[in-house]
Amino acid sequence: MAVVSTESVPVKSEPDVVMVRRRVREVSGQLGLSLVDQTKIITAASELARNTIIYGGGGSMLIQTLNGPRVGLRLTFEDQGPGIPDIELALRDGFTTGSGLGLGLGGSKRLVNEFDIVSRPGEGTRITITRWK
Amino acid sequence: MEKIPILKMGEFLLVTIQVDMHDRLAMALQDDLTRTISQTDARGVLIDISTLEIVDSFIGRMLSNIAAMSRVLDAETVVVGMQPAVAITLVELGLSLPGVRTALNVDAGMELLRASVRANKELYGSRVD
Repeated sequence: MAVVSTESVPVKSEPDVVMVRRRVREVSGQLGLSLVDQTKIITAASELARNTIIYGGGGSMLIQTLNGPRVGLRLTFEDQGPGIPDIELALRDGFTTGSGLGLGLGGSKRLVNEFDIVSRPGEGTRITITRWK
Repeated sequence: MEKIPILKMGEFLLVTIQVDMHDRLAMALQDDLTRTISQTDARGVLIDISTLEIVDSFIGRMLSNIAAMSRVLDAETVVVGMQPAVAITLVELGLSLPGVRTALNVDAGMELLRASVRANKELYGSRVD
């Protein structure tokens, strides 16, 4: 797998969610993802960016475009927040420790082709999503 | 702070969301609309989201909240113009916008609002002001 480009976007405060959406829209458009696939990964990015801010205390998003053998877009959200004690529970629809709908994590998993989550209590969370062309 | 305009047209309110809303703007719209419904005695709210490229769980919740609040204030809400890609994504995300009425475009949405106001008047007579 060849990483063609890498870019880091800050995810610190609420207006950054809009920036994340905008940047993911631009890059997924340049990659030639279909409109539905673009919409899915932008929506997933929006959910995960908001989680990074609300639950992770802020962090960053890494955008990677992949080429060879397949073309795709990979986003990595990372924070140094409190971490997720029970990932399985957090992925369940309707579960939330905040005031949202509890759809962000499980929902974004359904919107992408690959979903990987690493979280250590007290150290932070890293979520990687990939959408292939 | 930027604001999403609310237009009054007869007994209805029209909102066209044309910017990528950050969460606070969505919350402000919810508050503004609720206030305007009660101030203007509006019977219906039409929200045009045809230029929205995504609806995530936050915006989805805002639409559901607006529909619920306006219902409590005796007004109907119709959301119109959702793009097909947005609809597909929304359902896969797990959001079905409970309690939100939708129509394909502004014309169909206005017709829906007029019909529901007509039906209410026939059922309950005209509202006492």
